[in-house]
Amino acid sequence: MSIRVGEAAEAPSFQKAALPLLDDTQLRKNVRHATDVITNKRAIVVGEQHDWQQLRSAASAIKEHTLRHLDHYLLQFEAACTAAGGHVHWASDADEANRTIVDLVKQYGGKEVIKVKTMTSDEIGLNKAFEANGIHPHETDLADMIIQLGHDKPSHIVVPALHKNRQQVREIFMQAMGLSELGDKPEDLTNAARHYLREKFLKVGIGFSGANYLLADTGGVCVVESEGNGRMCLTLPDVLITVAGIEKVIPGFRDLEIFLQLLPRSATGERMNPYNSLWTGVHEGDGPQHFHIVLLDNGRTRILADPESRQTLHCIRCGACLNTCPVYRQTGGHAYGSIYAGPIGAILTPQLFDMQHSQSLPYASSLCGACYEVCPVKINIPEVLIHLRGRVVREQQSGANIEAIGMKAMANIFSSRRRFEAAQRLGRIGQWPFVSKGWVKHLPGMLGNWTSVRDLQPMPQQSFRSWWRDRKKSAVAKEKADA
Amino acid sequence: MPEATTNTREASLSRIRVTNPTADAAARVSEYQAIERAYQQSAAMDRASIIRTFIERLHEYDANVTETSVDGISAAIAKILNTHSQKSTVIADSFKQQFLPADLHCVRESQITKEQLNTIEGAISECEVAIAHTGTIIIRGSRQITLLPDRYLCVVYENQVVETVPEAIAVLGKFAAEPLTFISGPSATADIEMTRIRGVHGPRILDVVLIRD
Repeated sequence: MSIRVGEAAEAPSFQKAALPLLDDTQLRKNVRHATDVITNKRAIVVGEQHDWQQLRSAASAIKEHTLRHLDHYLLQFEAACTAAGGHVHWASDADEANRTIVDLVKQYGGKEVIKVKTMTSDEIGLNKAFEANGIHPHETDLADMIIQLGHDKPSHIVVPALHKNRQQVREIFMQAMGLSELGDKPEDLTNAARHYLREKFLKVGIGFSGANYLLADTGGVCVVESEGNGRMCLTLPDVLITVAGIEKVIPGFRDLEIFLQLLPRSATGERMNPYNSLWTGVHEGDGPQHFHIVLLDNGRTRILADPESRQTLHCIRCGACLNTCPVYRQTGGHAYGSIYAGPIGAILTPQLFDMQHSQSLPYASSLCGACYEVCPVKINIPEVLIHLRGRVVREQQSGANIEAIGMKAMANIFSSRRRFEAAQRLGRIGQWPFVSKGWVKHLPGMLGNWTSVRDLQPMPQQSFRSWWRDRKKSAVAKEKADA
Repeated sequence: MPEATTNTREASLSRIRVTNPTADAAARVSEYQAIERAYQQSAAMDRASIIRTFIERLHEYDANVTETSVDGISAAIAKILNTHSQKSTVIADSFKQQFLPADLHCVRESQITKEQLNTIEGAISECEVAIAHTGTIIIRGSRQITLLPDRYLCVVYENQVVETVPEAIAVLGKFAAEPLTFISGPSATADIEMTRIRGVHGPRILDVVLIRD
């Protein structure tokens, strides 16, 4: 199997990629503004939902249950969707999914495709596969359009172009749409997108979408959106092709009563997003008359096989963990080298790769737990991060790199009080050349990685334990003297 | 099904089954039924508060709300279309003729192509159920007419308004396999600097005519 997650396999480590981004003050300002706005809106609408915790618990339980019976629910979905006139395809990896989709487009004689925002298609690199086969994909979500027309990469799973401000968007639109004049108010830019795409919506015969939920009992598909571009792609073309990760299935229509409350509040801080579309196979006289859905594995069954981190597959892609993450808020999404950025990306991307790539991502976190707190489906991201760090370390230990040897030496020291205290004594003596005005600012060798971005307090002249011993001794001595 | 897909299907399913030992149907069903749903599933407010909340939420989305009685529907519609100086209107097939203004220049949804629809100024339909808590109206079918024209007028009966999302899902259960669209305000985006802009691709104006009992 060849797993692909966008271009993450070729991406530099998080730590390396983050450095230049931290110097980009415009980007940091844009990211800070966008995440602040969503975080505040989310806090208000979550705060007013008095049964929020009960909704989270139910959602988590449903996801857990579905994953435990995933084979059954996928087969149930397949049967119901097929009975309703849909066609279900299965794909083990990105290449197989792309081949299936490209073949379908060719079979229907399409040269162009109109696309609803779908992270999964970015994951499998579908647009590249389309272009390699002479098919032109039109991204129709405003943010995705900004990314596509600006030859950029998404930096957020819900608001992919949040790193661009209005002036930057204006530049991109003027160039790509060949406009000589365009205002830079968001209204002007939105209007430009409306005019640019309306003709495509009416003309292009093949629509392409992802899915928020697959309903096992009805064989239905649900797509959640705001702009109406989704509805256009889902209802105007004659052919509709959808790609969905196998973890998107939920047992039934009824379960939407939970997820449709959790997702909009978490994702955009709205009580409900403007549009949710639900369809089941094909409907005579209403919408596409040919419907195909590709169920994608691409590493998901491997995540399923790890009991400690399979909760990663609960994710409903709301992006709340990105907005709240103190690391994401500083670097933005591009540092993660993956279309899945932020805390969820830090656990999802390396696992899809079976830890063969993106090994630096589990370290792109301070483990503060803010992501777990906001997660609408209760994914304990810090727990999974630690578990994955363990996997990375165990893999590296099998090799003989300096860090692994150093860590082994540290483990040896920490496991004995005698050795630990000896090391402390040595440290107190050895640190003096590096202490300046009460701070350690530069350490030699590999230790310098730590001090390159932070200052350290020097080791105190006396440890707490030795102070405690001395205190006890002097107390005993005092008691004796008093007696 | 092509052979490659069949093999992939079996391979995917067997990868799942390796980690998930097959459970019998009865165990699965009882496990699903045992999932605790401790969230609010029924109305907690009185009817007057529910309707008031529904109207408030619609206003927050920049939707226009007109309250009237059954006898006043056609007059209310005429007044709204007049305000917009709307010259062309498409009507959902299921919408009762008697509720339309007598002199209305309109066409039914089944008599029009999507290209023609694109030149029509507004659409009128009823909804299936509405949610006060989120200011949402849910329509069954009529997906294109409620999307392409720039104005959408929806007639909502007071007794169609429920308080919570779970109540609405319960009402929709019997139509679960039909095309359903949840609409909460006019089309919008906040993709540029998180500034909410009304109307990207869908209707920019949403009028709700609420029929009071």
